[in-house]
Amino acid sequence: MTDFLNDWGLTLVTFVPLIGALVMMAVPAAEEKMLKQLALLSSLVAMVIGGLLMLDFDYGNAGALQYVVDARWIEVINSRYILGLDGISLPLMALTLVVVPLCVVYSWDHIPEPGNPKAFFILILILETGMVGTFVAQDLILFFVFFEVVLLPMFFMIAVWGGENRRYASIKFFLFTLFGSALMLLSFLALFFLSTDPATGESLRTFDMRALTDVAGAGILGATQVWIFAGMFIGFGVKVPMFPFHTWLPDAHTEAPTVGSVILAAVLLKLGTYGFVRIAVPMLPEGAEAWAPWIGLLAVIGIIYGALGCLAQTDMKRLIAFSSVAHMGFVMLGIATLTDFGINAAIFGMVAHGIITGMLFFLAGSVKERYHTLEIRRLGGMLVQAPRMGWILGFCSMASLGLPGLAGFWGEFPAILSAYSPAEGLPVETFRTYMVVAAVGTVLAAGYLLWLLQRTAMGAPRDEFADSDDIVDVTRLEWIAWAPLLVGIILFGVAPGLIFDVTDPAVVGLLASGG
Amino acid sequence: MLGSASTLIVAFERPAIDWHAVAPELTLLGFGALLTLVDIVWLERGRAVVSALASFGLLASMVPVVTLAWDGADRSTFWGAYVVDDYALVMKAVFLLAGYVVVLLSTNYIAEGDYWENEYYQMLLSAVLGMVVMASARDLVTIFVALELLSIPAYLMATWRKRDLRSNEAGLKYYLMGVFASAVLLYGMSLLYGATGSTMLTDIDAAVSGGGAPLAVVTLGVIFVVVGFGFKVSAFPFHTWAPDTYEGAPTPVTAFLSVASKAAGFVALLSLVFVGFWGRADVYQPLMWALAAASMFGGNLMALRQTNLVRLLAYSGVAQAGYMLAPLAVAGESLATADDALSSVVTYLAIYAAMNLGAFAVIIAVARRTASAEIDTYKGLFRYSPGLAVAMTIFLMALAGIPPLGGWFAKFEIVLALLSPGTAWGVALGVIVAVNSVIALYYYARIASHMWVEAPPESADFDTTTPIKPPTSVSAALVLTGAATLAFGILPQWVGHFTDVSLVIALTG
Repeated sequence: MTDFLNDWGLTLVTFVPLIGALVMMAVPAAEEKMLKQLALLSSLVAMVIGGLLMLDFDYGNAGALQYVVDARWIEVINSRYILGLDGISLPLMALTLVVVPLCVVYSWDHIPEPGNPKAFFILILILETGMVGTFVAQDLILFFVFFEVVLLPMFFMIAVWGGENRRYASIKFFLFTLFGSALMLLSFLALFFLSTDPATGESLRTFDMRALTDVAGAGILGATQVWIFAGMFIGFGVKVPMFPFHTWLPDAHTEAPTVGSVILAAVLLKLGTYGFVRIAVPMLPEGAEAWAPWIGLLAVIGIIYGALGCLAQTDMKRLIAFSSVAHMGFVMLGIATLTDFGINAAIFGMVAHGIITGMLFFLAGSVKERYHTLEIRRLGGMLVQAPRMGWILGFCSMASLGLPGLAGFWGEFPAILSAYSPAEGLPVETFRTYMVVAAVGTVLAAGYLLWLLQRTAMGAPRDEFADSDDIVDVTRLEWIAWAPLLVGIILFGVAPGLIFDVTDPAVVGLLASGG
Repeated sequence: MLGSASTLIVAFERPAIDWHAVAPELTLLGFGALLTLVDIVWLERGRAVVSALASFGLLASMVPVVTLAWDGADRSTFWGAYVVDDYALVMKAVFLLAGYVVVLLSTNYIAEGDYWENEYYQMLLSAVLGMVVMASARDLVTIFVALELLSIPAYLMATWRKRDLRSNEAGLKYYLMGVFASAVLLYGMSLLYGATGSTMLTDIDAAVSGGGAPLAVVTLGVIFVVVGFGFKVSAFPFHTWAPDTYEGAPTPVTAFLSVASKAAGFVALLSLVFVGFWGRADVYQPLMWALAAASMFGGNLMALRQTNLVRLLAYSGVAQAGYMLAPLAVAGESLATADDALSSVVTYLAIYAAMNLGAFAVIIAVARRTASAEIDTYKGLFRYSPGLAVAMTIFLMALAGIPPLGGWFAKFEIVLALLSPGTAWGVALGVIVAVNSVIALYYYARIASHMWVEAPPESADFDTTTPIKPPTSVSAALVLTGAATLAFGILPQWVGHFTDVSLVIALTG
């Protein structure tokens, strides 16, 4: 079993959803039931394989890549098919593998307009392959390909199943991210050509992320590193999204169908921050050092701007989208400190944000289904009409604002704390200023979330919805889809060590390789 | 006077011919002759078999290409004017297979349109023959003969819808511009011959690199030759014929022009640059840089405003020509860079052939229902014909360079070649390529969202409820090109292995 997992585990967990999608293509669209079962089955099989991998994972050695596969791929450019799993990839892979089946379950009975479950589920499965692949790829070109694979399905998901303004939103999303990744690819190529082996001084000419992390930018001049880092900064920064590249996000989220939003918030945004942690920072330490204060600045601007944006929103879904900008600001602040403490917090923040905001988008979707609107002014009295859903909304809002004891806290608080003592060579006063600003951001977060809760859940139901038959409490399917996320919020809030213990050795290892 | 005249009168000596090396050309020629015979002997009854015969001829010509590749040895015949090496073989395979796909696309179109059939396939085979010769030509005269052999049938094919005014305009425009380009090209060639005293590319290289030839004349010669082929590959600002010709010509012919004819122009340019004047990087590099940058921006920006899909693909073809010209702007930096640049262009040509032919296959299939290539008629295609919409999306996104579809690897190789010498000019052009891929994505994605997002037009005078059923041959073309587009993207090694070719080393080594 272990041998099998070693050789095939990661390949299978990545490609099982794609195989499922291919099988579904052969099934006629009229067989809706069978198509849904196939989609669920393939995402569950991927989850089970992922679960086996996690059971078998050597946690004592979480800093090392495990289940490494290294096979020929594109020889002419020296790119290989390298997969590997370590403490940084593991939580994110797990998050993806859990969220996707939940999305399938949630969509079981409500495929958004204009229907066509076959295409919808095929796209979700292709997305899953792209996302899991990105987290386990250990070759820059392979990483790039997986990173881009998610673009098309998400584009179509927004463009076909989205809201009123879907054309604009989908093309904007597509153009922004492609622009970023085009520049990112140039940076990858620069790394390929310029990285040298410190022992021999010879050019490495490799895309192997392990080797590039080991040499950590040796042989590349500091000034050149700054330029290369700039390319990656835009590539990953658009995806995160960091202020001022964030403008695609509110549009995309508002227009996307519910599960599209959930996947976007829970996983896609993490591809950007993961890229910073895995590629940009360890491979270009000098570039990272030069950029860190600016990343920190943009991060805190994002925190405050996102929070103020939230206060101004009249649409519930758009509000949650802006809160993503703010939360990802905390993640980026943690990364900008370039300390193991900050980066651990960032990874925790990614997972926590994935669970909590994913959950909030599920809720927004369900609210939309019941009230046919997300305009905050028109909502109200959810606790009266659908008490369980109201309580879940309250619970998630608390988690999102960083209440201690729930998962959100462990992403936010250590990130702020880490800014107190950034890595050596970074301006301490600047980062301490950022710390204070970020702390103000948490207050604003409490403000907009509680205000949202007050306006939507409390009070008496509005007249127009008072007698509506559509407004029912949480359905069974919703319970199935939501329960794992709700459990996760409590579990990781009470026992943050579950994640920190896994990520810490890997983060320390990544940072140490260059030093 | 007498002495110099007597040297011109040399007794003709038949060159030793390597029959294996010219077997693909002879096979094609044989099938062309066979088609003529069929027409003469069977008259109208021959219509039933010509298309099958033509496609069989193209595939049969692949056999000697494969055996030559199997054999592996570089062959040179006709005193070195005709070279069969890996590079030539890869390009021959691309031409023959592209020709085969064009026959598949033409079969129903030509038969149902009541056009001359037999002659059409003869012209097609003749044009492909010109291209196959072009891949091996290493001499100015051979290159010119090959060029005319492929161009003149193409002029005729562009006017094949003879009762249609636009088709006549297309052919006439193409013809006039083509002849003009040929004249410019010939003038450049005559300058080069005058300056170096030889038509053989290897001799020209020795003369221009050694500095023995007059600088101004060589410079002018190189510029004129490049400009002459600039028309053929439709590089900006020599692209003006392309949109009108593409729109007016029969769609299978447009597919042929946009893929095979463009590739033939590139093959000639590559041979000229890498074998003929590789040593004169100071002349061709800035020229290529400017042409590439202008073609990318010009093509992409003009494509943004198009409302007709064929015209849009014409402008996108201008931009694609820009991508392919880009590596030539750094090709002279070093031998290693030259190899990178050459293989990147060859890779691009092969992948481009698959994805562009595929896009035209969809256009042909859809036009059978809508009788139009206006982008608006693609609205809602996904609702009533999902298979074709998915296929078109695959081809368009491949053209845009989105992984994991074929186009990404082609663009990647281009950028890799541009960055490999590490010069500021190379990096700048790499950034331009990156920026242009984003501009291009806008119009490709716009078509995709027309197909997927919009509802079918209500006032349409065609059926928007039942799926479009393409004829078998078009479906076969779709499957072939679609499979190639996907395979090149997921396993680029397949194409990379074949296109990892070299010209300069073979010359100097």
